[in-house]
Amino acid sequence: MRYKTLLALLPALLTLPVGGARAEDYPSTYAPLSSEPTLITHATILTGTGERLDDASLLLSGGKVVFVGKGEVPAGVKTVDAKGRWVTPGLIDVHSHLGVYASPGVTAHSDGNEMTSPTTPNVWAEHSVWPQDPGFSRALAGGVTTLQVLPGSGNLIGGRGVTLKNVYSNSYQGMKFPGAPHGLKMACGENPKRVYGERKQMPSTRMGNMASYRAQWLEARQYIDDWAEYEQQLKAKKDDAKPPKRDLRLETLAGVLKGEIIVHMHCYRADEMMTILDMADEFDYKVGTFHHGVEAYKIADTLAEKGVCGALWADWWGFKMEAYDGIQENIAIVDRPKGACAIVHSDDAEGIQRLNQEAAKAMGSGNRAGLAISPEHAIAWITSNAAKSLGVDSYTGSLEAGKMADVVLWNGNPFSVYAKAEQVYIDGALVYDRENPDRQPVSDFELGQLQGVLQ
Amino acid sequence: MKMLNTFLFGCLASLSVAAQADAIMIRGATVHTMSGDGVLENTDVFIAEGKVQRIGKDLPLAKGDVRVFDAGGKPLTPGLFAGVTAIGIAEVPAVEESTDTGHALQAMHPEFNVVPAYNPNSSLVPVTRIEGFSFTLLGPDTVGSIFGGQGQMVRLDGAYESFLGSPVLFINVGPDTNKLSGGSRAARWMLLQQAMQEADNPPVSTETALLTRAGRGTLSAFVAGGKVVFNVDRASDILETIRFAEKYGLDLVIAGGAEAWMVARELAAAKVPVLLNPLANLPANFDSLGARLNNAAMLEAAGVVIAISSGETHNARKQRQLAGNAVSYGLPHAEGIAALTINPANIFGVADQQGSIQADRPANLVLWSGDPLEVTSAAEVVVIDGKLIPMESRQTKLRDRYLPENPAMPRAYIKP
Repeated sequence: MRYKTLLALLPALLTLPVGGARAEDYPSTYAPLSSEPTLITHATILTGTGERLDDASLLLSGGKVVFVGKGEVPAGVKTVDAKGRWVTPGLIDVHSHLGVYASPGVTAHSDGNEMTSPTTPNVWAEHSVWPQDPGFSRALAGGVTTLQVLPGSGNLIGGRGVTLKNVYSNSYQGMKFPGAPHGLKMACGENPKRVYGERKQMPSTRMGNMASYRAQWLEARQYIDDWAEYEQQLKAKKDDAKPPKRDLRLETLAGVLKGEIIVHMHCYRADEMMTILDMADEFDYKVGTFHHGVEAYKIADTLAEKGVCGALWADWWGFKMEAYDGIQENIAIVDRPKGACAIVHSDDAEGIQRLNQEAAKAMGSGNRAGLAISPEHAIAWITSNAAKSLGVDSYTGSLEAGKMADVVLWNGNPFSVYAKAEQVYIDGALVYDRENPDRQPVSDFELGQLQGVLQ
Repeated sequence: MKMLNTFLFGCLASLSVAAQADAIMIRGATVHTMSGDGVLENTDVFIAEGKVQRIGKDLPLAKGDVRVFDAGGKPLTPGLFAGVTAIGIAEVPAVEESTDTGHALQAMHPEFNVVPAYNPNSSLVPVTRIEGFSFTLLGPDTVGSIFGGQGQMVRLDGAYESFLGSPVLFINVGPDTNKLSGGSRAARWMLLQQAMQEADNPPVSTETALLTRAGRGTLSAFVAGGKVVFNVDRASDILETIRFAEKYGLDLVIAGGAEAWMVARELAAAKVPVLLNPLANLPANFDSLGARLNNAAMLEAAGVVIAISSGETHNARKQRQLAGNAVSYGLPHAEGIAALTINPANIFGVADQQGSIQADRPANLVLWSGDPLEVTSAAEVVVIDGKLIPMESRQTKLRDRYLPENPAMPRAYIKP
């Protein structure tokens, strides 16, 4: 029904993305929760822009950061004395499977990877997100305010990812980050060739991986051309102009080629990343971020030159062949060149709860290797660089006037195993408070469990 | 053959230059003895002939070649426990031919033992020990069978003969073995009881037997003595496991124990220790709905002996972070260190070798840059069985190959 209406409207909507999709299908219904103006005082603030401010203040009002450091304070604002405590931007995980591989991890919750074809750009992770995943509450207690939920890596092209605000809602639309572009999950290497090779199907080799992606991009180019031709015909007022058949698969790929969808590419080996970068040149698109990149340290300069982020682990390695060369200095070395974009990601329901500790380990390893990394610098790995990777850096990821008031108040230096998020604000609303059970969300699944045995 | 021997001898001789039983003096450390002596400030430890010779203030320097390290008050702990791992039996888990952890034969083979598969030349041995880990409990994969089989404590000095203590039997009664027991955990107990009965009374017909003769022998041996580790998370299953172990006279250790805090009193009363991952706080399945971050603290407070075991092999070094988080959620700091040292050594009967710093005991100790449970700290000096461990691994060499900027030749020529 909607499709027909849309076609009728098409002549008037020539600015639409290729394929006639609306600017935003399955639109975000997220609205900031109610908040009161809050002044945090006497804090050590890591802004996410490379600065550290001591004994500083932060004013949140109307869901936004009003000022950082010093500024005019209106009368009657709620004040939080943060003496001895630290404040950072809300943490951002660019690689999560919360909601699509929800807890409990039963087969019925295994919704993260449509491994029935090696290329499924037509699937959207958001259509699998179970908003009652208890993992969201754990991540929130770890200071995570924004996360990208991605499909798994069994396919060469796994489908669209979605960026969420970490607030409980009855629908994922109620969590969907307003204005965030879609991501496209792609995968290099062992996973796709194993999954499909075992079925005696292409791809079973790395060269098969490449041939398969390239065939997809060729189709996507043609799809763009077909729609362009149709639009030309409309402009020329040709009566027999017929729109190409809408194709969800190609619509996603065309979105990448047009720069509207950001590529998030699971890739471990340095040589494979280099090949992928050549493919991006061949088809004139951009790889936004390499994920996992266990060998990214081998090509740190190239990544920085090309403006590609590396979303990496602090110390995971060795579980498969392409992860064998992992080193603990990976993040710090990727971070070294000018213009680098190093990110600490989790890919894990436990890791997402401790992005600060993961960043601390990477910082410590870098410092021991002589790379001199400060907390005010390293915090970007889990805030502003991550926001850039997701294309939401104009909204969040740093504490600057006018940005979303996504803020974590820590009980101490967050680069410590003993640090805990005491309060978490999303768009200025206090959504987590360690001292106040009323501000600790519990998913429907966990409500009322374990009441049988009377204590 | 003779030539080969000469060649091998030559290699070993050159290797032993790097790791011999050194004479080592560590000056002015904060020594966490993990013995009755507690924490000793500004204390020296002298190591020679593989053993801790003396612990005290301002020890005289022995004559001869002694490596001296000035600790400047930094913490010195016993070498840490890497948890139950597959170090040396799983080089790359996704590469089948490099992995020897499980037999996947489905049938019950308690006699399966991973010890003969252990390779001290695995790259994981240096990767793990330079992070301050001196021993691990080698364990079989428990996914393919209710009886995972046997493992044993191993010292991470990379010696061919480095096993400690006695074999440990692993039994998995978690929900992942449901398909191995006809789809029911009740059937799992039924099968386990039958297996225990077979150990005493061999079945007349081999067709209905669960165990081979070797398997019966193994179970009989464990009834006589030896630790039996049960993987179990759910509170009611933990109680069932305690009853089962008591009935058959098994010396029980719980591994996993996500809901152990709910039956902490019963565990303490039965003197059953728990190997746990303090980060487990998600309802990963219906057996661990009660998983919580202060599990370790609550168990310790109730008098249960705990040890940390992350379940990770390649990243076993994360154990310190796990203990740190347990401390962050209420476990006393000293108990956090104990859960990585003396507790696992006591649980598995190797406390005469590992887990404490005491005179006349084998020297397994680590000097840290700071709080050993802090994520930004690192091991600076590692001594295993009296040998000074070179702080090198395949990973440090990759690091040092790629740290220099713009080398003239390909990095294949940089051989740190």
